[in-house]
Amino acid sequence: MELILTKNFNLPESYTLQVYEKTGGYAALKKALGMKPEQVTEEVKGSGLRGRGGAGFPAGMKWSFVPKNTGKPVYLCVNADEGEPGTFKDRAILEKDPHRMIEGSLIAAYAIGAKTAYVYIRGEFDLPTRRLNAAVQEAYSKGYAGRNILGSGYDCDVFVHRGAGAYICGEETALLNSLEGNRGYPRIKPPFPAIEGLFKCPTVVNNVETLAAVPYIIEHGAAGYKKIGTEKSPGTKLFSVSGPVMHPGVYEVEMGYPMRKFLHEDVGWMRPGKVLKAVIPGGSSMPVLTAQEVEEVNLDYESIASKGSLLGSGGMIVLDEDTCMVWALENLAHFYSHESCGQCSPCREGTGWSYKILKRMVHGESKKEDIELLLDIGQKMAGKTICVLADSLSMPIASYIGKFRGEFEAHVKGNCSQCQKSR
Amino acid sequence: MPKVTIDGKEIEVPAGMNLIEAAKLAGASVPHYCYHPKLSIAGNCRICLVEIEKQPKLQIACNTKVAEGMVVRTTGPKVEEGRQSVLEFILVNHPIDCPVCDQAGECKLQQYYMQLDRKPSRMEEEKVQKDKAVKLGPNVMLDMERCILCSRCIRFCQEVAHQDELCFTQRGDHTELTTYPGRELKNPYSVNTVDICPVGALTSVDFRFKQRVWFLKTADTVCPGCSTGCNVRLWHNKGAAYRLTPRENEAVNQVWMCDEGRLTYKPVNAENRLRHPVVKRDGRNGKMRRDLAVAELKRSLEGVSGNAILGIGSAQFTNEANQAFLGFLKDILGVKDFVYHANEVANPSHDVFLISADKNPNRAGVEALGFKPLAEDRRYQVFFALGPLPFSKIQKIAFEKNRKVILLTTHEVPEIEYADFVFPTAAWAEDEGTYTNRQNRVQNIAPAFPPPGESLRVGQWMEEFDKAWRPALKGMTA
Ligand SMILES: Cc1cc2nc3c(=O)[nH]c(=O)nc-3n(C[C@H](O)[C@H](O)[C@H](O)COP(=O)(O)O)c2cc1C
Ligand code: SF4
Ligand code: SF4
Ligand code: SF4
Ligand code: FES
Repeated sequence: MELILTKNFNLPESYTLQVYEKTGGYAALKKALGMKPEQVTEEVKGSGLRGRGGAGFPAGMKWSFVPKNTGKPVYLCVNADEGEPGTFKDRAILEKDPHRMIEGSLIAAYAIGAKTAYVYIRGEFDLPTRRLNAAVQEAYSKGYAGRNILGSGYDCDVFVHRGAGAYICGEETALLNSLEGNRGYPRIKPPFPAIEGLFKCPTVVNNVETLAAVPYIIEHGAAGYKKIGTEKSPGTKLFSVSGPVMHPGVYEVEMGYPMRKFLHEDVGWMRPGKVLKAVIPGGSSMPVLTAQEVEEVNLDYESIASKGSLLGSGGMIVLDEDTCMVWALENLAHFYSHESCGQCSPCREGTGWSYKILKRMVHGESKKEDIELLLDIGQKMAGKTICVLADSLSMPIASYIGKFRGEFEAHVKGNCSQCQKSR
Repeated sequence: MPKVTIDGKEIEVPAGMNLIEAAKLAGASVPHYCYHPKLSIAGNCRICLVEIEKQPKLQIACNTKVAEGMVVRTTGPKVEEGRQSVLEFILVNHPIDCPVCDQAGECKLQQYYMQLDRKPSRMEEEKVQKDKAVKLGPNVMLDMERCILCSRCIRFCQEVAHQDELCFTQRGDHTELTTYPGRELKNPYSVNTVDICPVGALTSVDFRFKQRVWFLKTADTVCPGCSTGCNVRLWHNKGAAYRLTPRENEAVNQVWMCDEGRLTYKPVNAENRLRHPVVKRDGRNGKMRRDLAVAELKRSLEGVSGNAILGIGSAQFTNEANQAFLGFLKDILGVKDFVYHANEVANPSHDVFLISADKNPNRAGVEALGFKPLAEDRRYQVFFALGPLPFSKIQKIAFEKNRKVILLTTHEVPEIEYADFVFPTAAWAEDEGTYTNRQNRVQNIAPAFPPPGESLRVGQWMEEFDKAWRPALKGMTA
C-alpha cells in the first residue's frame, strides 16, 4: 500500500521544510493555486475524503457549504486539540510531518476563500507545538504562507493558538468560542459554522489528519485517492493503538483492511500472557467491539458501523481479559463528567450521576437495580444535548453493559474475578 | 407567514418565530427555563423539547424557528418522557430546600415537577455541595446549590444592562455562577436577575425571608420613582407593601425596572406615616379630628381673598389629585395662581434606558393641568399645597409674619411643624388615578390597600372641604 500520511515519518528530521520539499512537498499547493478555488473543492469532494476528527463528515461537502460573497471574511480552523482518550494520531502528524498539514490547510483555505487559518492546538502538546511553530515560520520564510503565496496573489496567514486543557474545546463550536476568548461552550446549531462560525463569519473546521490528506488528493486527483480504500470509505486512515499489545503506536491503514489482520500482523497481537477481550475502535466514546466482533470487522466506516460501533477518530484501545469492564466504564464516566462543559442539564447531571453510581459499583457498594438505572440514565441523556458529549458516555454505557453484563452483575454481587485478581 | 400545525391546530405565524412563541399562539404552552423572550437563545436547559414530524430526535422549541408546513407536537408520550428525564436531571443536584426557599410558590422547578413528574427521586448519591449564601452585590444573594445554570442572569447583565458582571466558572456539575474577579453585581438593574431566575438561586436582599409569596396580594400599578413610569406589580399583605416587580409594557419598560424604583414602596410602610390632621393653635401643633380640622380650616380662611392664596400642586401626585385640588381652590376659594413643586434631586441618577433624572412620576401631568413651576413669590398670604414641600421652602414661607401654610401630605416629617394645617393623605400605594409619564402616556395606578388612620385621598379631602364650604356658599347666594 502506498503511504500518504506517514510516508515521511521515518525519515530523519522529517518535520523540517527541507525534508518535506525534497519529498515533493508544497507541489500540491502550487498546483492548487493554479486551479480555481471551486475546482479544488470539487476535487476534494470527488475524492470522498471524510473528516477524520470523529464524525466522518465529507470534507469537500463541508467546504462547499461556505457561502460566497457575503462580504465577510472566511476562516479555516484546524482542529489540533486531540483530546479523545486513546487518540494520538494528530500528534504524530504534528510532530513528524507538520508541513503536510500546513500545506493541506493552505489548500483548504484557498478553496474556501479564507485568508486566515487558525490552528487550535492542544495546550499539553509541547513538542508538537514547537514543531508546528517552527514549520509555520519556515513556510512563511519560503513564501508558502503570508502575502502573495508563490506569486499567485493569494494571501493567507496561519496562526497557532494553544488550548488550555479542556477536552470540550475539541468540539468544533466550543473551539470557536475558545478562539474568540470566550468560555469553551459548544454553540447551539443552527447556525452551523459554515454560515456563522468564528467571529460570526463563515468558517470551516477540519481535523489535522483530514487536512494532511489534502495535498495527496490535489496531486493525484480525486480518482487517484479513490483508488485506495473502499468505495464508501476511500483513502487511508491513521489508527493510534494502545493497550497490552506488542507494538502500540500510530499506523496508517488502507480503509477496508481487516481488523483481525491488522491487530495480528501489524500490531503484533497481544503481549505474552494477555488475552484479547475487547477493542474500542475509534476513541473512548465509541461502543466497544467484542473479541468475536474484532474477528469479523474491517477498518472502514461502514463495516465498523455494521457492528454497532463507529470508526470515530481511530483511537483504538485494546482491552485484555484482565481488564474489568465496570472499572473501565467508571474510568470513562469520570473523564466525561469531568470534561462536560456543564451547559446542558442532561449531560452535566447525567455524566456526574453515572460516575457516582459506577464509583459505588467499582467499590462493591451497588445493587442490581443500579445496572438498569445506569442504562436508563445513559439512554435518557443521549440525543438531548447541544453537542454529542452526552452521547459519548451514553454509547459506552449501553455497549459495555450490553456486551459484558455478566461483569456488571458480578460487581453487584461483589465477586468480580478481575478486580479480585488485581487486588 | 408560514403555516404550521401545532398539536393538530393549523395556524399562520410570523416568519422567524420560535416554537415556544408559536405554540403560545396555538394555545399550547411549552415549559422552559433558559429561554426568555428578551434574551438571546442559550438552549441549555433542554426542557422545552417538542416533537417535529420527520425529525427522529426531539428538538428544543426555543431554538427552532417555524418553517412552512412544519408539524409540531408539544404533548404525547415521547415529549413527556423527554421532558420528564430532563427535569429529573435538573433535580439530580438540586437541594430541594423549598421550605426555606423564597422562590417556593413561584418556582418553575416546583411548577414543572407538579405538571410533569410527581415521582420520588431515584438519585441516591451525595449531591454536589456549593455555597448557600453568596452576596453577589448590594441587592442580590445567590444560593449556588439551587442554581440550575440556565444563564439567564448572565445574559441579562450582558444584553440588557450591558455590564459584564456575572459568569460561570468550573465545569460539569461543579459549574458555579459568580461575578468576575474584582467585580460585583451592581448594575442599576441588578434585581431583574432575581425576577428572571426561574428558581430560588437569586433572591433579593431586600425581600428575602420577609413573606411567603402565597400570602401576598398584588396591585397592578406604576412605579412612582421617576418620570419613566415603569409598569409594576405591588405585592402587599395586611396593609404593608413588600416588593415591586415589573409588569410587561413594551412601550415603556419592556419587562424590566430599575433597582432604585424597587425601593419606592418603602416610604409607604414607614413608621412616620401621618395618621391624623395636625393643626397649629397658639403656636403649637396638635392632632385634631377630621371634621374639626376641616371646620377650623374654613374658619381660618374666612375673609381671605382668592388672590391672596397660592395653590401649589405636586408632580408627585396623580392627575386626579391635582385636578380635584385645582377645582376646589379655583371654584370655591377663588384662587387664580397655581404652581407645582417637584422632587428635585441633586445629581440624579439617569441613563439612556429607563432611569430618568426627573424623579417625579407626574410632572407632565401637572404641567398639562396648567400648574407653573414653583418660584419664590411673596405676594401671597396663604400657601395651600399638596405636600411634601421642600423643607427650605416651607421654612422660608412660614417664618414670614401672617403667612399661612396648608399642607396635604403623607408623612410626619420635621417640615410639617411650620405648617398651620396638615391633612394626612393617601400615599401612592393607596391612591388611584393616573400619572402622565415623560412620553405623555397616561397610566393608571391602583390602590393596594386603604391609607392609614384618618388619611384620605386628595380628592376625598377636597370633597370634605367642599361639603364644609358649600352650605355657607349657598347661604351667601340665597
Ligand atoms: C466533545 C467533542 C470533542 C471533540 N474533540 C475533537 C478533537 O479533539 N479533535 C478533532 O479533530 N475533532 C474533535 N471533535 C469533532 C469536531 O467537533 C469536528 O467534528 C471536527 O473537528 C471536524 O473536522 P473533520 O470534519 O475534519 O473531522 C470533537 C467533538 C466532540 C463532540
Ligand atoms: S452535551 Fe455536555 S459537553 Fe456538550 S454542550 Fe452540552 S453540557 Fe456541554
Ligand atoms: S428553587 Fe427553591 S422552591 Fe424551587 S425547587 Fe428549589 S428549593 Fe424549592
Ligand atoms: S442564578 Fe438563576 S438565572 Fe442565573 S443561571 Fe442560576 S438559575 Fe439561571
Ligand atoms: S428553554 Fe429551550 S433549552 Fe432551555
